[in-house]
Amino acid sequence: MSFPWAEHYAPKHPVMRWLDEKLPLPRLVYSAVGPGYPVPRNLNYFWNFGILAGLALGIQIVSGIILAMHYAANGTVAFDSVEHIMRDVNSGWLIRYAHMNGASFFFIVVYIHIFRGLYYGSYKAPREMVWLLGVVIFLLMMATAFMGYVLPWGQMSFWGAQVITGFFSAIPVVGEPIREWLLGGFAPDNAALNRFFSLHYLLPFVIAGVIVLHIWSLHIPGSNNPTGVDVQGPQDTVPFHPYYTAKDGFGAGVFLVCYALLTFFAPNYLGHPDNYIPANPLSTPAHIVPEWYFLPFYAILKSFTFNFLWIPAKLWGVMAMFGSILLLFFLPWIDGSPVRSANYRPLYQKFFWILLVDVLILGYLGQAEVTPMVVLASQICAIYYFSHFLIILPIVSRIERPLPLPNSITESVLHGEAAEAAPIGLAAASH
Amino acid sequence: MLARIFAPIVVGLGFVTALVFAILFTPHDAAQPNVVEEFHKDPKAIHYASDGPLGKFDRQQLQRGFQVYQEVCSACHSIRLVHFRDLEEIGFTKPEVKAIAKQYKIEQPSINPDTGEATTRKNLPSDPIPWNFANEIAARAANNNALPPDLSLMVKAREGGAPYIYSLLTGFAPVPANLPASNRPAPNLHYNPYFANLNIAMPPPLTADGQVEYSDGTKATVDQMARDVSAFLIWTAEPKLEARHRAGIGVVIFLLIATVLAYMSYRNIWAGKKH
Repeated sequence: MSFPWAEHYAPKHPVMRWLDEKLPLPRLVYSAVGPGYPVPRNLNYFWNFGILAGLALGIQIVSGIILAMHYAANGTVAFDSVEHIMRDVNSGWLIRYAHMNGASFFFIVVYIHIFRGLYYGSYKAPREMVWLLGVVIFLLMMATAFMGYVLPWGQMSFWGAQVITGFFSAIPVVGEPIREWLLGGFAPDNAALNRFFSLHYLLPFVIAGVIVLHIWSLHIPGSNNPTGVDVQGPQDTVPFHPYYTAKDGFGAGVFLVCYALLTFFAPNYLGHPDNYIPANPLSTPAHIVPEWYFLPFYAILKSFTFNFLWIPAKLWGVMAMFGSILLLFFLPWIDGSPVRSANYRPLYQKFFWILLVDVLILGYLGQAEVTPMVVLASQICAIYYFSHFLIILPIVSRIERPLPLPNSITESVLHGEAAEAAPIGLAAASH
Repeated sequence: MLARIFAPIVVGLGFVTALVFAILFTPHDAAQPNVVEEFHKDPKAIHYASDGPLGKFDRQQLQRGFQVYQEVCSACHSIRLVHFRDLEEIGFTKPEVKAIAKQYKIEQPSINPDTGEATTRKNLPSDPIPWNFANEIAARAANNNALPPDLSLMVKAREGGAPYIYSLLTGFAPVPANLPASNRPAPNLHYNPYFANLNIAMPPPLTADGQVEYSDGTKATVDQMARDVSAFLIWTAEPKLEARHRAGIGVVIFLLIATVLAYMSYRNIWAGKKH
């Protein structure tokens, strides 16, 4: 689109020239995912996950629209309408399981996408806006997923809605009125279910819109790469099509195989049995746990058990839980290192891996039964989480001595070889 | 520049201090030995024909399971999501289903077309299988105020699934002598180590071999009846399981071939391009 090494669209066929003058749609495709978007040649498989997230969103929107044709957002029939989809709608079981597990896979690929960005410094200048929009997408995804989980109106749907909207009641004075306003009542009921359905249908399209902005802002500086070194010329890049369309095609295949295995052979593995019990406001489940993708944040919430500085523990927990995501908005400025890729940042690299393990442990602790040991462990892990971003990173990024960077992307991939091997066609012709 | 470094550190120290205080001032009581955990048992390992990616229902077994449901469980429990017509899927013919519906001992709630009074009529294949009780209050009244839950989704609604149900049905036991008084069954409760809190309101439903008489000659031991009815409940919870397995095999094979082709095309396009 607009970086110096972008290829410009020059249609040859008169029809395409005519179309380009009236509606430059082919130009858009050419510049966005075609040969007009030169991409660093050294991207590894972690760069597949952006496309995979888009694919997951597409699957969710298509399966979701079909589900909405059969689902009824009314507290008395919502649960049974989902079972109607599972039993009586042609291939309804497939659509519903695909949607249910599609949400999990969307989060899996987005989490990998986020951690890729953290490792390779994709949030740094000049790509801060890409990162900021990414965090917005992540927040929208969490809201969408939460509201979607409420729709089957099972026990976990109901009590999850109860607990999560209960966060707002932690706000002093206005908290309880806000909660009642959000729910349209004193507890989750028909009003809440209906508005959640409406918003659950709306937000994916908002996400799609923000994704357009996310990609647009990415295409201004162009993609980052595993070395973090800027592109210096055409020798450093390959056209997006066919090089990365082919690589993404393979990545999509692997993704779909994993997704199909879970959807067809263990569709309820990531779910919770209690959600197959119809919602019952009079009977609280023994353990209320959110879906797996919220567990690290849930563990942070639960780790605040002390009314520090006269602020109630619950309010600390809620602030920390939202804070743990909102701090990502400040990451491009917290990290002061000019070097992007953690491959050349020995100290940051170590802390990155500790953070990853820390988040996985928090995820485990989020679903564990609350015992003193679990609380202590989640407090320690939550301390590390905040320390990593807010204390370690600002200091480490300013004191560490990065390893020498390669002079260029091409140099890094050629490993000292003088020139590239001849393309296969030419090599064959010379024999 | 300095603000960039100090602002996050101040916020970070805020959260960290709150957590450190939480660690220091939360009473960390020594964990109480959990009596329930000590006596609670995990479900027995048991195999069903429908297990695994190639699993299919054993229709003969499902029919026996339906018989156990009909003659034993249905006295208290409903399977409200199952319709008589669905029984065709477990191997009954259309006329058989029609007969089962017509002869079913519980009739369908209905309205007298002349007077508008509540009445009942014979079941049709299109009817959901009716419940023995008119409503929840009636069910509680007949069961010491305990509500017998609907069984349609039970296999998916309990940790442990069908093996848990099988274990529960065969797991009633005398109260262990060393069980503390606080965990002993109250009146109208029954000791069962597979149940979450050890004491279940349901009395042992399968009490003697030969409680039902199987028409296919299978010996109706308690163990066999528990196996059959739990297998039947896999079907009521997941009636499309076979279609799912069949479609899954096809989809995965298709995707694997497509992925191999995509990999070859990727290698081909990148051949000679160092990256």
